[in-house]
Amino acid sequence: MTTLFTTDHEWLRIDGDVATIGVTDYAQSQLGDVVFVELPKVGRALKKAEAAAVVESVKAASDVYAPVTGEVTEVNEALAAEPALVNSDAGGKAWFFKIKIADNSELDGLMDEAAYAKHTA
Amino acid sequence: MLARHDSPLKQTPLHALHLARGAKMVPFAGYDMPVQYSAGVLREHLHTRNLAGLFDVSHMGQLALLPKSGKVLDAALALERLVPQDIVAVAPGRQRYAQFTDDHGGILDDLMVANFGDHLFLVVNAACKTEDEAHLRKHLSDVCDIESLADRALIALQGPKAEIALTKFCTEAATMKFMDCGPRRVGGYDCFVSRSGYTGEDGFEISVPAEHAEALATALLDNSDVLPIGLGARDSLRLEAGLCLYGHDIDTTTTPVEGALEWSVQKSRRGGGARAGGFPGAAKILVQFESGAPRRRVGLRPQGRAPVREGAALFADGASTEAIGKVTSGGFGPSLNAPVAMGYLPASMAAIGTTVFAEVRGQRLPLQVASTPFVPNTYKR
Repeated sequence: MTTLFTTDHEWLRIDGDVATIGVTDYAQSQLGDVVFVELPKVGRALKKAEAAAVVESVKAASDVYAPVTGEVTEVNEALAAEPALVNSDAGGKAWFFKIKIADNSELDGLMDEAAYAKHTA
Repeated sequence: MLARHDSPLKQTPLHALHLARGAKMVPFAGYDMPVQYSAGVLREHLHTRNLAGLFDVSHMGQLALLPKSGKVLDAALALERLVPQDIVAVAPGRQRYAQFTDDHGGILDDLMVANFGDHLFLVVNAACKTEDEAHLRKHLSDVCDIESLADRALIALQGPKAEIALTKFCTEAATMKFMDCGPRRVGGYDCFVSRSGYTGEDGFEISVPAEHAEALATALLDNSDVLPIGLGARDSLRLEAGLCLYGHDIDTTTTPVEGALEWSVQKSRRGGGARAGGFPGAAKILVQFESGAPRRRVGLRPQGRAPVREGAALFADGASTEAIGKVTSGGFGPSLNAPVAMGYLPASMAAIGTTVFAEVRGQRLPLQVASTPFVPNTYKR
């Protein structure tokens, strides 16, 4: 499985034509204590760069963008029930949603782990 | 509360302490201020409610109103020209919450007024302090000398362990009651101490000469019950306590009656009182005391988990297109573990229990009008 990253601090884990999407540990450290997560509806057609989910800390609300175009196939209901997972396990249990990738070429512009590490350095 | 991006940020006397303790700094009212430390807003908030928090509020304005006659009564009567509060009745060693009003009945700033026996001591908001000082000089210079105490820092110590923490350096602190104030020696420094704050908790505000601020703050922080707290938690604490933030919940477009601050205007200044009126905007404000204001600041409890933030439009139902009000402060209340907000609604919609709707990201979310404070205060009366 490949993990890719966006400049907006989302990560994507690619498994065949499905991408699992979350926010990075760097993003959660910047957000602070997450108190609310709003997820997209299953079946929603998302365009690349469209606001797909919302993550709110005590201080502020931030959008999570769709890193690629495609349809939402699954959302993490556990995250809606326990938003603090974003702080404790951003790269794992706190995945937001899965998307069926419409166009694999959209992955080309994304960063690998080393490039993302440089981006946030 | 606009930061002045055209001039370099000012620093409080505790700036180095904030940096040394890992604060994340942000511009606020022209100052470089700590928004949070490594614990984060949530823990800082809960720590203040459970133990004690130390806040740097040195950006706020501290002013002395010195009566030329030497009689504090003259300063009190003079200040009553600018505020709808009874200042004459503030006894020596006591303080009171007040507002500067304008000719339209709007609020120019809110402030604390303390009677120090021979003069008055004022604490005003950072973003308004230059204008407030000019306002005082313009209107009160015939009776008072106005002195800006810019060489003093201001430290708030708030929470159930604040009394014990402060008593170590100022034994008299324990005998003070809510809104008692005056000069006190704290840790050997000449301070002004008041038993008050902006969190809904018991606590103190300590005005200390700038050169001793870091030593005093460090000494107070040596107590393991006391954590430094940033502006993020200061905002969530005051919101849960139902306290107004100037420039957001009250401003020149809101009167004290619209702002639900009637409790802060004593009978002596209202219609039929011994010194009724005589402050800017009195005509409008006194009429509102008699017949009510068209709109009112209310507490709001979002019914879901989503925070409803400042600026969100409020609607009477899920479908109507015309907004009836707006949210002026909103966020998440860590002690309530739920979102909380304040905003303005027409008087007819302001009764506790009324359901209204806020528009958030294209959805209408229900909120219930609720009494404030959202979290009961623990003042030592």
